[in-house]
Amino acid sequence: MRSLVLTKGVPDFSEGAVSFDEDGHLERGKTPTVMNPNDEFAVRAALQTKVRHGGHVSGMSMGPPGYGDVLQEAMESVYTDDSYLLSDRELAASDTWATAITLSAGIEKYREEVADVDLVFAGFKTADGETGQTGPQTCWALDWPIVTHVIALDIDPDERRLRAKRLVEGDVDEIETVEAPLPCMVITDPEFEPAYRKASHRLTHKRLRDETEERAADHDEHLTTWDHVDLNLDPDYIGLDGSPTIVSSVDPIPKAPSEREATMIDPHDGDAMEPVLEELQPFAGSD
Amino acid sequence: MTEEREHYEAVVVGCGPGGAAAAARLADHGVETLVLERGVEAGSKNVSGGLIYAEESAPYTIDDLFEGFREEAAERPVTDYQIHNIAGNKVKSYDLTDLHEHDTDWCDAVLRRKMDSRLEARVHEKTSETGGGVLTNVRVNGLLRDDGEIVGVTCDELDPIEADLIVAADGVNSELARDAGLMDWEEPDEWFQGVKAVVDMEPDVIDDRFDIDEDEGAAHLFSGDLFEDVRGGGFLYTNEDSLSIGTVFHLDSLVAEQAEPHELLDALLTHPVMAHWLGDEYDEREYGAKLVPDSKKVAHREPYRDRLVLVGDAAGQMQAQGPIIKGMNHAVTGGALAADAFAITRGNADPEAAGRRYAKLLEESGTMDKLRPRRYDLARTVGERDVVTNAVERVLDSRVGSLALGNPVADRVLKRAYNSPFLVSMIPDTRTGYVTVPAIVGEEHGRTIRWENGVEPPSLEARIGGLTYDTDVGNPHIELLDDSAEASEAAVYACPVSAEDFGGGCYRTEQVQTNGDEETVVSLDTQPCVECGTCAIVADTAWEHPRGGKGVEYREG
Repeated sequence: MRSLVLTKGVPDFSEGAVSFDEDGHLERGKTPTVMNPNDEFAVRAALQTKVRHGGHVSGMSMGPPGYGDVLQEAMESVYTDDSYLLSDRELAASDTWATAITLSAGIEKYREEVADVDLVFAGFKTADGETGQTGPQTCWALDWPIVTHVIALDIDPDERRLRAKRLVEGDVDEIETVEAPLPCMVITDPEFEPAYRKASHRLTHKRLRDETEERAADHDEHLTTWDHVDLNLDPDYIGLDGSPTIVSSVDPIPKAPSEREATMIDPHDGDAMEPVLEELQPFAGSD
Repeated sequence: MTEEREHYEAVVVGCGPGGAAAAARLADHGVETLVLERGVEAGSKNVSGGLIYAEESAPYTIDDLFEGFREEAAERPVTDYQIHNIAGNKVKSYDLTDLHEHDTDWCDAVLRRKMDSRLEARVHEKTSETGGGVLTNVRVNGLLRDDGEIVGVTCDELDPIEADLIVAADGVNSELARDAGLMDWEEPDEWFQGVKAVVDMEPDVIDDRFDIDEDEGAAHLFSGDLFEDVRGGGFLYTNEDSLSIGTVFHLDSLVAEQAEPHELLDALLTHPVMAHWLGDEYDEREYGAKLVPDSKKVAHREPYRDRLVLVGDAAGQMQAQGPIIKGMNHAVTGGALAADAFAITRGNADPEAAGRRYAKLLEESGTMDKLRPRRYDLARTVGERDVVTNAVERVLDSRVGSLALGNPVADRVLKRAYNSPFLVSMIPDTRTGYVTVPAIVGEEHGRTIRWENGVEPPSLEARIGGLTYDTDVGNPHIELLDDSAEASEAAVYACPVSAEDFGGGCYRTEQVQTNGDEETVVSLDTQPCVECGTCAIVADTAWEHPRGGKGVEYREG
C-alpha cells in the first residue's frame, strides 16, 4: 500500500499561543505554525492503514519553506516515511481552488516519479480557512472517487477495495457504510477512531514509533521540495492570480455584553459575608 | 473480513520481575513471546517494600537475566541491617547482618516504577528478536478455552490470543489463577497487607543520617507494641534519594483488631525511634498499598493447569518468615524455571508437560522448600493452636517470662535466635513472635529514646490526592455484592484508602432507614482504589482489575 497524507500548517489557535493585533487581526509572525488539528485524524487513518497492511506513507503540504516543520510534526505523530513540500513564492495567497490545482499536480508528479498511490488522506477542514473545500476539489482534479466524514476504515488490499463508515450528521446522526475501489481519497471525520485489536498490529505500531524517532530527528534529509517549475504549473493558474475567491474583509464577532453585576467579597470577612449567607439560606435545605 | 485467531508460542501476562524473567528466558530459548502488561508502563501498578535479593542457592538471579540490573534499575545495596524491639519509648536493637547475609549474594532496595520500566525496555528488546514484544495498556481478563481446555487468553483491548504456553505473572490478584480455579479469596489468614510511604530525602542527607556512604544502604525492621496487638511489623529501607517506610500486617489480624492500616503506618512514622532519620522536613512522595500472599500457606505445589503456569505472587511465591521477606527473587526464579520447563518440553503433545516440569523444577531447585518450609509446617501444627499460644503468652506476660527474656544471657541468645535462618523459618504466626517477645525485649533490654519526632504524616485524603488516577468513569472494576455491615464492613477499616469517619475513600458505612428500621449498609466508590485486593478478601465483592491503562498509576511503587 502507498498512501499520501495532505496536511497544512495553521496558526496555533490554542490559548496563550495565538496573538492578535489591536484591530483583532491575527499576527501571523508572532503566532507559531502547527499542523492543522483536523489533519490529526487523517494521519491516524493513514497510520492505521500502514500498521495493518504495511507499505509507505508520505506527507505532503503546500506552504512556505517553514512548513517543513509541519511535515516533521506529521512524521513524529503518525510515522510518515518521508515528506513533500510544494513551496514557491508564486503559490502564495492561493485560495482553495488554486491550492487544489497545486496539490493535485503534486500528487500526479509523485505518482509519475516516486510511486503509484493507492490512497490519499486529508482532514475535513483547516482551522484557519474553515472551508472544507480543498480536499474534495483536489480529488475532483485527480478524477478519483472520494469518501468523506470517515469514522472507521477497512481495506482489502487483494480486492483493491475499501469499506468505510461515514458519519452523516442531520436531524438524526446516521452511520453509513460505503465501499469504494482504490485508488481513492479519504477525508476523515474528527470522530475517526483507529482500531488495533490485534497484538501484531500493536507491536508493529510500537516498532514504527521507535523507527520514526530516529528518522524524524533528521527530517530535512527526508524532505523533498517542489516549486511551480517542478510541478509544471502556469503561474497564471496558481497563487493569487489563479484564485477566483477573494476575502474582502474579516470582522471580529462582537463579544456579548456582560449584563451581570459582580461584587467581590473576601470569604474571611464575616460582616461582608453576612448578606451572602442570607441570600443563600433559602437554598441550604436545612431548618 | 474474518481472520484467524492470533497465535504466539508463549504469552506472558504481567511485566513485573516474574513476567520479565519468564519472557527474557523464553526469548533466550528462541521462543516467540508476547508480553501483555495492563499498566501504562511496567511498574505503574506495582508496590513493593522493597528489597530484591540475589540468593547464592537460587538457580537464577535477576542480574543473571538482566546484565547491569543493579546499576540500571536498583537503588542502594543493603549494607546495614537491624531489627528494633520496641516497648513504648524503649528500644532494643539487634544487628541482623548475619541473618541477612545468609545465602545472600547481594540485596538491593528498589522502587518498582523505575525497576519494572527498565526491565520492560530490556524485555521488549529481547522478545522483539524472536517475533514478539511487550504491549502495555492491555488487560488480560480471562482464559481462552477450547473444549474446556485452556488454549489462550482473552483481553479487554485485543481479540483473543492463542498460545502454547501462558505464563500468569499477573500478581497477587491474578485474574488468570482465579479463572483457572487455582486461587480463591476466602481466608484472610493467608494474606498480609502492606502500606508504604516513599519519603523524599536528598542523597547526602541520607548518607549523613544513616551514617553510610553513597554506595551503601540501610534496612531497619520494627516490631513490638507500637502497633498495639496487630500482628506484623514495620520497615525502613534507603533508596538513592528517598526512603521507603512501611508496615506489613497479617490481614486476619487487621480485621480482628479493626485496625486502620494508614494509622499503623503513622504510628511508625511518628515514633521517637524515627526522629533522627526523618528530621523536621517530612515530604511524602507517594502512599501505596499491596496485598501479599503468605507462601507458607498458599504457595502452589502444582502451579499449572493445561497450558497455564503461575509465576510469582500469582502462584503465592512470596516468602515472609519473621524478618525474612523475599518475594521478587522467587518470582524471578519461578519465571525463569517456567520458561526452561517450556523449552525442555517444547513440542510435547501433552498440554500439561511444561506445567508438570515447572513444578518439578521448583521442587528440585529447593525453591519450594524455601516458600513452604517443612519445618514450618511441623512447628505450625503446635505453634498456631490457640491453646499453645495462650499458654506461652501467659508465661511470657508473667514475672517469669520477663525474667527469662530479661537476663543478659537471654539477650545474647535472642540475638542469635533472630539471626538463625533455621529458627526464623519456624516462628509461628502468633502475637508471641510479633508483639509479646519484642515488647518484653524492648522493655527489659532497651534504652529509652527521648528524641522529639515532629513528623506530621499527611491525612488519608491528602495521600489519595497525591496519587495519579485515570478513572474509567462509568465502568467501576469492583462491585459490592453484599452491602450489609455483616458481610462487608471490614473493608471500611482494612481498605488502605478507606477509614471510619472518612467519606473520601473507597468504602464507607451509611445508616439507611428501611420500613422504620435503621440499618447500617456499606457503600463503595472505586475512584480512590489502589487495586490492592484487600476488599476482595474481607468483603463480598466481584473484583476485577481496571481496563488497560486505567485506575491508579504509581510513580514510585
